[in-house]
Amino acid sequence: MNSVLVLPVVVPFLSGIIMLFLWRYRLAQRVINLIASTVSLSIAIYLTWYIKTSGIQSLYVGAWQSPFGIIFTADLLTVTMILVSGIIGFATALYSLGTMDEHREHFGYYPLLQIMIMGINGSFMTGDLFNMFVWFEVLLISSFALVALGGTRKQLEGAIKYVVLNLLSSSLFVVGVGILYGLVGGLNMADIAQRVPLVENQGMVTVMAMFFLVSFGIKAAIFPMFFWLPASYHTPPAAISAIFAGMLTKVGVYALFRVFTLIFIQDIPFTHSVIIFLAMLTMLSGVLGAASQMEFRRILSFHIISQIGYMILGLGLMTPLGIAGGVFYIFHHIIVKTNLFFVSGIVNEIKGSYLLKKLGGVLKLYPILGLLFLVPALSLGGVPPLSGFWAKFAVAKAAVQSQEYWALGVSLLVGLLTLFSMIKIWNEVFWKEQKAELAGEQRLLREMPKLKVFMMMSPIALLAIITLIIGLYPQPFVEFTNEAATQLLNPSMYINAVLRGGQ
Amino acid sequence: MKSVILRTMTIYLLPLLLIFSIFLLFRGHNTPGGGFVGGLVSAAAFSLYLIGFGIDKVREILPVEPVKFVALGLLFAVGSALFPVFLGKPFMTGTWMEGRLPIIGSLGTPTVFDTGVYFTVLGVTLNIIFSLFEDKE
Repeated sequence: MNSVLVLPVVVPFLSGIIMLFLWRYRLAQRVINLIASTVSLSIAIYLTWYIKTSGIQSLYVGAWQSPFGIIFTADLLTVTMILVSGIIGFATALYSLGTMDEHREHFGYYPLLQIMIMGINGSFMTGDLFNMFVWFEVLLISSFALVALGGTRKQLEGAIKYVVLNLLSSSLFVVGVGILYGLVGGLNMADIAQRVPLVENQGMVTVMAMFFLVSFGIKAAIFPMFFWLPASYHTPPAAISAIFAGMLTKVGVYALFRVFTLIFIQDIPFTHSVIIFLAMLTMLSGVLGAASQMEFRRILSFHIISQIGYMILGLGLMTPLGIAGGVFYIFHHIIVKTNLFFVSGIVNEIKGSYLLKKLGGVLKLYPILGLLFLVPALSLGGVPPLSGFWAKFAVAKAAVQSQEYWALGVSLLVGLLTLFSMIKIWNEVFWKEQKAELAGEQRLLREMPKLKVFMMMSPIALLAIITLIIGLYPQPFVEFTNEAATQLLNPSMYINAVLRGGQ
Repeated sequence: MKSVILRTMTIYLLPLLLIFSIFLLFRGHNTPGGGFVGGLVSAAAFSLYLIGFGIDKVREILPVEPVKFVALGLLFAVGSALFPVFLGKPFMTGTWMEGRLPIIGSLGTPTVFDTGVYFTVLGVTLNIIFSLFEDKE
């Protein structure tokens, strides 16, 4: 019985419902949110172990035989995403307790957060293309509410760009699903994968591939559809932008990985070259955009884009090492990026600003915070022995093996420029003396309640430790991603598990 | 709005409409009707009362916040989906009670799910209407 597969969806949903019943009880919601995230994390760990030991599993929801009913499927890529969503959900729950303001908590921040996590997990678990669209909507609608929650002028401006572009992407997605259904007559992804080679008009399938590339590309913020991201991610409070930065674009990346390793593999020389080309441009435009920014979270937002390029590059190479590197990159990136946003939020709590010009001198005040910033920042830049180094190394090596020297050059250059941006933040925020005339009101950590400080700092430390562990003991992670890549590159494993293995 | 006709009629219409909405709900699974329509009809009944008597009176006859209806509805839905799991069947499998009840017909998890839809629709609609009215005042 594979009923455990629905738990990553059901647990956040149930906790969201309970919190709706306790609509005006702030304390109860905070406690439930923390408990729910802990439970979700434990389920994710169990599920990872389960799939690792017993192979790809699927569950026929409602006992409808596939390919007719909706199915939930978990392979190693899925559980990687579920695991990382569990970690980020837990870290964000802790961090929110420390930083979220009363006003937002009062208007349903925690239920929305849980429902969004439900949507995220649902889109990872589902094995049905239309069902994936539905989960996308679930997570998008709650993210719309989260990005606008509080309703400050700046937030609404960011929210409009976010909403419009994501709605456009969703409508493209649903149109694409419709046309694909017309072509192959199925919605179950494994079923589609089986039927695609039988389609007479293969040109049309390639057109559909591009359709999905655009739709998921908007969500994943790849070139040239990335501009909504830096326009909106720096507007909500740090906890919200951190989970957005970590998880949401990666849902798009996951969807790209899924369809371009399973369904659209009939014309790899064309489709995957397009992906490599876009990946290079994504990396470059992201990193160059970041170089010109002078706001903490805007720099980080642009770096999300450039890092997405690496993941997509791994996908575009379509070699075992490339895919494994891509998966490794996703895992490492989500943890590191969320952590950097957390740090930016704490700096804002202390100094009251995100603008680099107004900041400074944090290192002198809090050396530990500086260290905790350095771990993810250097990891993002790809400095050994941190996790980012192995991720970049795998992707770069895969590029060499496939003789994509342009991609290799770009990825190395972008790594260097990323480091430049991180050093810029380091110099401006931590190193330099703060200009007295620009300094805002300062709130020292020791003036804040002890519990609040603990809840702000512990998730950062937790994520930094994970980064260190991945960096120092990469072997199990590399093996894990290699296995995931093997599964992704042999679609027959997935197809068999879905069409013949479920219960 | 102070219309005597509307107020008088509403007092009689409210229970009738509520009964009708429940009728629609249970009629749903084989014939036209269902939780969505039922929820809308019952929300319409409360809206009628709201137009006739104002928001404070509605809050008097409806002491719970609309958002609680949403929560209740979702709980029904997820409960109906989880129930088969405890019987050892996959998530969301339709499970039916043996035998038939008068009027309602056969009962099963889809009925419970539909009841969930009923409450969710009722809650969401009332929430929207309430906030519109509160904004005005």
